[in-house]
Order: sequence, then C-alpha cells, then structure tokens
Amino acid sequence: MPKTEEEKGFVDVVNGRYKPKGKFHISEANQPIFNKDTGKLAGVTNPRDMTYIHSYGGEAVFFESLGKGKLMATRCDNDNCETKGSIYQPFRIFCPDCLRRATVIDMTEIAQKTAKIHSFIVTHRSGAFNSLPKPIKFINIEFEGVVTILMSVLAVGDPAIGKRIVPIFNTKAPTYTITDLRFVPEGTLESELPEGFTF
Amino acid sequence: MIKFSDKQLKIPNLMKPVYLATVGMSKFGRAFPETRTEELCIQALTDAADFVNMTPAELKQYIHTCYYGHFADHFGDQLLGEAVIHDRLGLDPLGNIGVKTGGATGGSAMWEAVKAVASGYSDCALALGWERMDEVPTDEGNHLISAAADKDWETPLGHIYTGYYAVMAQRYWKVFGKEEDSFRRTMAEVSVKNHGYARMNPHAQAPMKITVDDVIKSPIVADPLRVLDCCLMSVGSACGIVCDEKTAYEITDNPLRIYIAAGSHTLRVADRRDMTIPLLPNETPNQYDNLGKEFPGADRYPGFTGFLAARMAAYYAYRMAGVNDPTEDLDVVELHDAFTISDIQTYEDIGIRPYGQGRDYIESGDAYVINPNNNKPGALPSNPSGGLIGCMHAVGATGLMQIAEIGYHIWNRWDDIHEPQAKWDAFGREKPSDWTSLQVNGAKRGLAISHAGVGSHVTCTILMDPNKILKED
Ligand SMILES: [Zn+2]
Repeated sequence: MPKTEEEKGFVDVVNGRYKPKGKFHISEANQPIFNKDTGKLAGVTNPRDMTYIHSYGGEAVFFESLGKGKLMATRCDNDNCETKGSIYQPFRIFCPDCLRRATVIDMTEIAQKTAKIHSFIVTHRSGAFNSLPKPIKFINIEFEGVVTILMSVLAVGDPAIGKRIVPIFNTKAPTYTITDLRFVPEGTLESELPEGFTF
Repeated sequence: MIKFSDKQLKIPNLMKPVYLATVGMSKFGRAFPETRTEELCIQALTDAADFVNMTPAELKQYIHTCYYGHFADHFGDQLLGEAVIHDRLGLDPLGNIGVKTGGATGGSAMWEAVKAVASGYSDCALALGWERMDEVPTDEGNHLISAAADKDWETPLGHIYTGYYAVMAQRYWKVFGKEEDSFRRTMAEVSVKNHGYARMNPHAQAPMKITVDDVIKSPIVADPLRVLDCCLMSVGSACGIVCDEKTAYEITDNPLRIYIAAGSHTLRVADRRDMTIPLLPNETPNQYDNLGKEFPGADRYPGFTGFLAARMAAYYAYRMAGVNDPTEDLDVVELHDAFTISDIQTYEDIGIRPYGQGRDYIESGDAYVINPNNNKPGALPSNPSGGLIGCMHAVGATGLMQIAEIGYHIWNRWDDIHEPQAKWDAFGREKPSDWTSLQVNGAKRGLAISHAGVGSHVTCTILMDPNKILKED
C-alpha cells in the first residue's frame, strides 16, 4: 500500500544538519513461521520499513543538472598529473591518479554528437524497488574523448553495439537519480520519448 | 590506476612457509528454513576436525586467530554476525575479524589467515565462511544483491545485479565468441560439465544430467545468458585451517603448501580505463599486438571482456609459487563459474589459454577429469566439485569450498569426502547409481579462483604437495 502524502518522509538540510519531517517508518508486528508439514515453529518474520538519508556530496551538481537537461562530467586539469586532460563519465569528484579536485564540465554536446553503444543487455528481470519499465535495456556508452564507458538504459528501440544514440533527460518531473538520464537512438522523435523526458 | 610502479608490482613474499592442515564443508542448499547459520558453520568446522581424526575440541586447541568470510550481512539484519558465529564455535576470547569482498569473500578470508601465519602473528589460523540469502523474498534479495553495485550510479537502474554483469558477457559473446553457434554450445558445455560433476558430490545443490540443448533452451535471463548458464544461490559454510610448518605437522602427517594473492578492479565497470595487458610468465611481449585485428572490438584492455583483478591475482600468485604455465604446472583447478561465459573469460585472465582463445580449454577436453575427445585424463580438470553452477555459491563460503576441493584431490582423499553412502543419507540426497570417482589421479598442485561480481576482487590460491613445490623457499 503506497504511503499517503502525510506518511511520506522528507528531509531538508538546515544549519548544516539533516532535518527529517514526516513519517519514516511504519511499524508492523512480526509473524510466526510454521512448518506446514510438522506443525512446528521454524522462525519469525522481521518486517522493516526503512528510509535511508544520503548525501550526493560533490556529485550533487551532476544529479541536479540532469533535471536541467545537462550531462556534466569532470576533467583533470592538474598540470602535474600524468593523465591530465582525461574526461570522466561517470563523473568523478577527484582525479583517480593525482587525487586533485577535477574540473566540472558540461559534456551534453559531446554526448549528443558522439555517444555510441559499447555493449548492452536486455532483461525482463528486476529487483524490488525497480522503477524502470521492463524489459530493461541496459546500455554502456562510449563518448569521444572520454576515458570511461557509462552505464545507462535505452528508452526507445533496440540496442546494438556501435549504434549512435543521444541522451534524454527527465526535465519535467526529475527524481534527482541516475534514472533521470536515459538514451534513445539518434533520430528518435520527441513524441516517442517517455513521459517527462526531453532531449 | 592504469600504470603500475615497480613497488606495486612487487611479488608478494610470505615470511615463512604456510601450510593448509585441514578443511571442511557443510551441506549446501538453496534454503535451510529450519537451520540456523551457526549450525552450518559448526558442521563445517566439525568436518575439518573429522578430516584429521580429531574432535572439534582438540582441533580448536591449535587455533590462535580467526578470519570470517560473510558478505551480505544486510540479508540477515544482523551486524557483527562474525561475533555470533565466533561465540557459537566457542572460540572466544581469540582475536577475530570479518572479511567482505563480495563473491571473493571466501578467498579473501583465506588471504588474511595465510598472512597472519606467514607473519608469525599466529601459528594456526582459521578461515571460515558462510552465507545465507534465503531469508528474504526473492525480489528483495535481488535488490540487496544489487546494493553491491554503486548505490547512485547502478543500483537505481533495475535493482538487478545480473544486468550490470551481463553487459560484459554480451561484449565477450560478440567480440570473442563472434556470436557463433559453436561458441554458444561451448558455453553450454561448461554447464553440462559442472552440473554433471555435481552429481558425484553429496554436498552439491544442483546435480543434473543435462545436454547442451537443455542449457540453450532453458529460460532466458538476459540474452545470451540462460538460467542454466548461471550460478546457484546457496546457503552453507566451508572452512580451512592454515599453520606454520611445526603446527601443521602436529595436526596432520601431510599438510599442503599454500600460496595466495589478490587483485582488484573498479566496482563500476563504467570506471575501467584502458591499459596494456600485464603479462603472465607463459606470455610474451607483443603477443597481443594483433588481438584487435583478430577479434575486432578487442582493442581495449581490459575493456569489458577481461577481469583485470583475476589477471593481477594470477600475476602475483604464479610468480610467488613458481608457476610458469598453469596447464603444465598444475593438475586441477576450481574456478569461479558465476556464469558459463565468465568461466571462459577467466581461463584467459589466468593464462590457461591466451586472450581470445578461452573456448579451446573446453573444446580441447583439457578442462575435463576424463577428456571426452579421447577418454584419457584431461590436462587440467576444472571444477570437479560442480563449481558455482553445480555445487553451490554461498558467497562467503564459496572460495573456501573451492580450496577444500582442491585439497581433497592433492590429499588423494576426494573419494573419502564424496563417496560414503552415510553422507548421502545424512544429507537426504540420493547417490546416483552411476556414481563415479572424480579424483584427479596423482594431483600434486592445484589452484582456486575466488571472484567478486564484475571483478572488483579476486584471489588466486595455489596448493601444492610440499614435496612438489616449484620454487625454493
Ligand atoms: Zn589528475
């Protein structure tokens, strides 16, 4: 049963601390587990309804930008780093080699012009809490000039290695999670995009 | 890291020889609704005591420190589960620590135990692992497993770990398998072999007499992977006890030498960067210069098709133990067959075959106890236990089960463990009428690979008859 609006938990940051409001868990009594064949007690259930409160830290700009239709990445600009100039997607707050803070860059255009499927998988399976439509079409994406290969999902059409794709963003009702970023084949029409998504 | 310094590539050195004195395993199954985890752990430790004709109380007298492998404590809603088990094993107030490295947890627990003995801190150390994933509904279990991927960048995408791994399988299938039916059948042969070997193992959870077509026609998980291409989800426990030389010979007349090394790689496959291939002793510089021509798309290393962590674990362990060529120098292996295709990838990472040629290990018949092509003993039998596909994958115990199984071969006691009717009866499993010994005759050296998920952690354990070591101490 979905929680009512007043049962939902919300959190703000106020004066440098998390400030929760609303309801964060609904207690539910445990139940015994019996062996139906012997009639004997085997154990008990332990119901839990938990909400985690999680900081994006230095990656917050990445997740916030998705809702604005932008794909942010980072680049090491440290002159003394032997991998200077490397662009990272997934976004890394620090360069993995020199451990200096990397520069945040907007790579939306690079993605629009060069994104290509490196590998993919289509699966009808998912775990609890999944919010993606099934089947899920996982894709891994190469971008020109980017040293890593991002994982995302293809929202329209069928995946194939080498296929040119473009990013789409959940700009109308962002969830501020990685699911706000998806990809579609180049040439997909705006009308074909999932609800809430724009190029 | 894409370049290594000499200091980082130092071959690990044990300050004194370390010996495996005994091993033990519980029954493995999908669920044990009327058994507590500690009952399975006590079963494994008691089995290790039985193996050297001691009572558990006698064996415990030797143990100085304990290394527990238990990965997914969020499944049990119990932190410090290691402390629970330690108490139930009656080992307080000895020092103990929990180890968590995903699917490599069992191997990693042994890695810690071996170092404790090698350093002189302990003369005798227990590595014991367990897992239970049966105590949540399946879809919640899928979510909990997916929590082993990146919480922000991966888990919200479907909450299904298989999806994060399977993209690697797809790339290997397309680039190295070239989507050939023959390659698909070779993948299936891994499953046929391992489910078939599991039939001879009373501990094993999924004994099956199946054909290649059964595998190829089994329900789809994520193309090209089918249900019978995938490992089991299991509950159970396994352990091993390692000692210095003096203590080892007090416990048994014939302990085995043990070497072990570990490697790692990015938790998110997405973070992998290109590098040159670190070479194993049986490979030569420039050997892979044409790999990208031979297999279009194979120009990135490790890309999505190699497990760098496995390569590095073998890189360190082979040189540590004096292994030059695994097929020449070893007699039996237990590999981490999480999926049929990842098993094939691992053959290449650990140098049983060069990159791109993993399938030949199966097709040549080398990977079988009896080579089906010529009915002679296989060159390097793989997973006679049944592996993760046929025997079990009780995550924290898996690596220790593999080490135990390699030990049984070198001790020439595989039959003692797998044949007795009393054990089949005690486990409530029917011994097949065509039960056949899978003892690898004359086995003197073997290897076990313990591996986590997309390859974040891997350990390589090498066991040897002490009279057949390859490198002077
Ligand atoms: Zn840098």
